[in-house]
Amino acid sequence: MLELQGVYAAALSAAALPRPVLFDIGLRLDAGEQVAIIGPSGAGKTSLLQLLACAQAPLRGHYRLAGKPVWELRRSALQSLRATLFLAPQLPPFPPRQRVVTAVLAGRLPAWSLGRSLRSLVYPSDLAAARAALAQFDLEQKLFERVDRLSGGERQRVGLARALLAPASLWLLDEPLSALDPQRAAQAAQAITHGARQRGITVLASLHHVDTALKFFPRILGLRQGRLLFDQPRHAVTPDLLQTLFAPQDPSLDAAYDAACGHPAMADAPLPALAAVMR
Amino acid sequence: MSKAYAHPTPALRDPAWPGRAAATMLALLLLWPLGVATEFRPWSLLDARSLAVSARFLADFFPPKLSPDFLALVLRASWRTVAIATAGVSLALGAAIPMALCATRALSISRLAGRMAPLPAALRQGVRALLIVLRSVPELIWALVFVRVVGLGATAGVLAIALTYTGMLGKVYVEVLENQDAEPTQTLLRNGCGRLQAFAYALLPQAAAELGAYTVYRWECALRSSVVLGFVGAGGLGQLLDASMKMFDGAEVCTMLAVFVLLVGLADAASAALRRMLQ
Repeated sequence: MLELQGVYAAALSAAALPRPVLFDIGLRLDAGEQVAIIGPSGAGKTSLLQLLACAQAPLRGHYRLAGKPVWELRRSALQSLRATLFLAPQLPPFPPRQRVVTAVLAGRLPAWSLGRSLRSLVYPSDLAAARAALAQFDLEQKLFERVDRLSGGERQRVGLARALLAPASLWLLDEPLSALDPQRAAQAAQAITHGARQRGITVLASLHHVDTALKFFPRILGLRQGRLLFDQPRHAVTPDLLQTLFAPQDPSLDAAYDAACGHPAMADAPLPALAAVMR
Repeated sequence: MSKAYAHPTPALRDPAWPGRAAATMLALLLLWPLGVATEFRPWSLLDARSLAVSARFLADFFPPKLSPDFLALVLRASWRTVAIATAGVSLALGAAIPMALCATRALSISRLAGRMAPLPAALRQGVRALLIVLRSVPELIWALVFVRVVGLGATAGVLAIALTYTGMLGKVYVEVLENQDAEPTQTLLRNGCGRLQAFAYALLPQAAAELGAYTVYRWECALRSSVVLGFVGAGGLGQLLDASMKMFDGAEVCTMLAVFVLLVGLADAASAALRRMLQ
């Protein structure tokens, strides 16, 4: 399905002198796998998802998606490859005043011709599918509401319902449950994993909640300071491993990297002092 | 930075003040020679001779001429002016919308992964340059050209307005589209949608109210332009106004100006209604 080899990557919209936030990532996902990424904030989870979503070329290393070397493709081929994946950003990006039904049906766009897309703005093209997708997240009664009148959690679930309509074979979900209460989160996680299994879709989701990750996802990636700390089936993820993953960061690594690259290592920011407080 | 840590409470003095004061002084210093160069002497409006001339001119205005024949004539001419403005702006829209879609960076697919590719960048620059050329020639000049080509009458006015307003509308459309939140549009493009699909489902819903209000405002400007174009023989209220001014008939001028105020007020109400509808 997809394969990363020795990939270094910068954050999206990085400065002119991009500075890697992902180091030496090697990863292989087979079709239909369901994988969770966990790790402290700032570990590079979002950057990894964006790298896999073909949002940015890696600084070094190789990325193959569906057997194709992504960044050697022509632009049109790359764009049609993008239609086979679905990236759900953490904050669902809807234009204000759009209706839920339009926001959800936008997931279908890669499969639609321009004519059909425009007709669907005049009269929604696949109402039944939109309602069924929303029903998975208990939102079918909001079908004709405006997205800017929804709560944060409802917006997030509308974003996930969009995934159910996308003609994609890979879902990349960035913190899909971050705005949900525990009960809703469990229901949404269930809907995602079940929906993906039914359609044979590969799922990669970053989660800040470790218990949810372990409960719903059979394979777990631990990302720490831009490196893949572990890649294990869930039963092999021990409390020790988790403790290492979430241990306070060692700033000397950053400083060493900056020295090696000739960056001013934000020298006057009191990093060691901060780390001492965290310990 | 270390000093800031040593003294965490800032002094009770606005650090931005000296810069702001200096900028104001500089602006005044630069304005002074401009005022001299343009012979800007507003007090000369208030000396006795100027006041007498203005008073005589204004006294001519009253009472406005309200005879039924004349009103019918003014009404026909205003209708013609509205028609010239509307036809000109409609033609301009037909050209400005596709050109804005070509020129806006917000719909660039190659820019999703860093820099825009050279060919699309050149196309966008080219369209921008064309828009600059179109709007840098004043409509009055276009009208003088077209009066020679197609003869006296409304057609010259319509074509002149269409060309200049294509430039103005196109430029502002491009900027309005680029000022919107890029996230919804880029998310759709990243998921493999086409540019026009992303435009219809993410960019347009955000920008619709602003684009609509600006277009109505431009229509209002086109009304004014078409009056000016009347002076060079492009028909409508302007031609009538020209004749009355030449005959020093203040009463007729007053009636026509009143009609004109009504037209602009109408445009304002239309714009407000449009924005309310799209909010």
